[in-house]
Amino acid sequence: MRNQKLKGQKSKIEIRFWKKILYGFSGPLKNRWLFTPFLLLFTFLTVGCRQDMAEQPRYDPLEASTFFADGQSARPLPPGTVARGYLREDTELYTGKSGKDFTNTFPFPVTRTVLERGQERYNIFCSPCHDRTGSGNGMIVRRGYTPPPSFHQDRLREAPVGYFFDVITNGFGAMPDYAAQIPPRDRWAIVAYIRALQLSQHATLEDVPAEERAKLSR
Amino acid sequence: MPQIFHRSTNTLSKLSIFGAVFILVVFVWVLMQINRSEYVTQANVVRVQPVQFSHEHHVNGLGIDCRYCHTTVEESSFAGIPPTKTCMNCHSQIWANSPYLEPVRESWRTGRAIQWTRVHNLADFVYFNHSIHVNKGIGCVTCHGRVDQMPLTWQQKSLQMEWCLECHRQPERFIRPREYVFSMDWQPPADQIALGQKLVREYNIPDVAFLTSCSTCHR
Repeated sequence: MRNQKLKGQKSKIEIRFWKKILYGFSGPLKNRWLFTPFLLLFTFLTVGCRQDMAEQPRYDPLEASTFFADGQSARPLPPGTVARGYLREDTELYTGKSGKDFTNTFPFPVTRTVLERGQERYNIFCSPCHDRTGSGNGMIVRRGYTPPPSFHQDRLREAPVGYFFDVITNGFGAMPDYAAQIPPRDRWAIVAYIRALQLSQHATLEDVPAEERAKLSR
Repeated sequence: MPQIFHRSTNTLSKLSIFGAVFILVVFVWVLMQINRSEYVTQANVVRVQPVQFSHEHHVNGLGIDCRYCHTTVEESSFAGIPPTKTCMNCHSQIWANSPYLEPVRESWRTGRAIQWTRVHNLADFVYFNHSIHVNKGIGCVTCHGRVDQMPLTWQQKSLQMEWCLECHRQPERFIRPREYVFSMDWQPPADQIALGQKLVREYNIPDVAFLTSCSTCHR
């Protein structure tokens, strides 16, 4: 009996509870606070739809622009302007020429670091056509591009270093210029490495240090 | 007065106390999964491009180095999208009449840039710099996946903050020797952690407190 009575009381509480929920939506204004959880849920679900922080009013590199007529946010340099740090007064360093003739001296000392840099850059930018030994049978040539001359022919072995620098900078024959892809100092490093390649194909046993010779004759 | 609710509702109401918590947890969990899903991150989704450029062909098939085209990746925050000139270095002669490459030739004739669809787009409130990662021994593949196996390009990773932190918390797990940064098939050795800890010291990588500081990436 007692138990049943308790259960009955509980039911009354429950009735009041459900009535309150219903009141939350439709009852007198003083009961409308029950609506709050639903309002919170709705707010929770709809925030985060604005992306003002993720897409700020500035350009990412190379982003399209609606402001400029050509649609590019990256602007070309107006003619005659020099960016800071890009003044090229040292003609030998930047053209490979002293006066009218190609220079045959490097504008900076060729160290092991320079040669290694040259090797790396040569393998990135030159080997697709000239191949890694410089004989001119790279992958792009095998796919049909005009074959370049071998670096190991006499004409190119005797050519001054400035000539190679000039060809990288301005292109020659079928070869496009690499001025935009390779900075000047790297071009010189590549020229130094081409000289090393040329030496490698015309070296004699006497050029090898005595302690290394045993390895070769084996 | 007759009872409105059946007796079984007692159990139901008790269950609903647990249920409410459970539903809330599941609800939050579902939201988090949606947020991590490829639908939101766009990972593994191939982007439609004006030219069907294949990294697989150029990198794997021809052996062209990443830096032939992405020239500024070692010096700049931005790896660089090659100008049409770089395409024309080879395609002035190779596949020179292919209809697939007409957008490239059109861009070359008119001087208007090809409008590529950006594949990796970080939110603007994140500062990311390619050069520091590349110079400190983080390989291209670590973030971009095996690009040499992508016929069309997609984003491999979620690019979400938890993914960034995975490495910023334990750089020794992902770092590799500098000479292999551009290698596509370098495999971490069995003692990667030992090697990683050695490289982290050698390359002067700051401690985890710095790497995971808010202002390292949000500045």
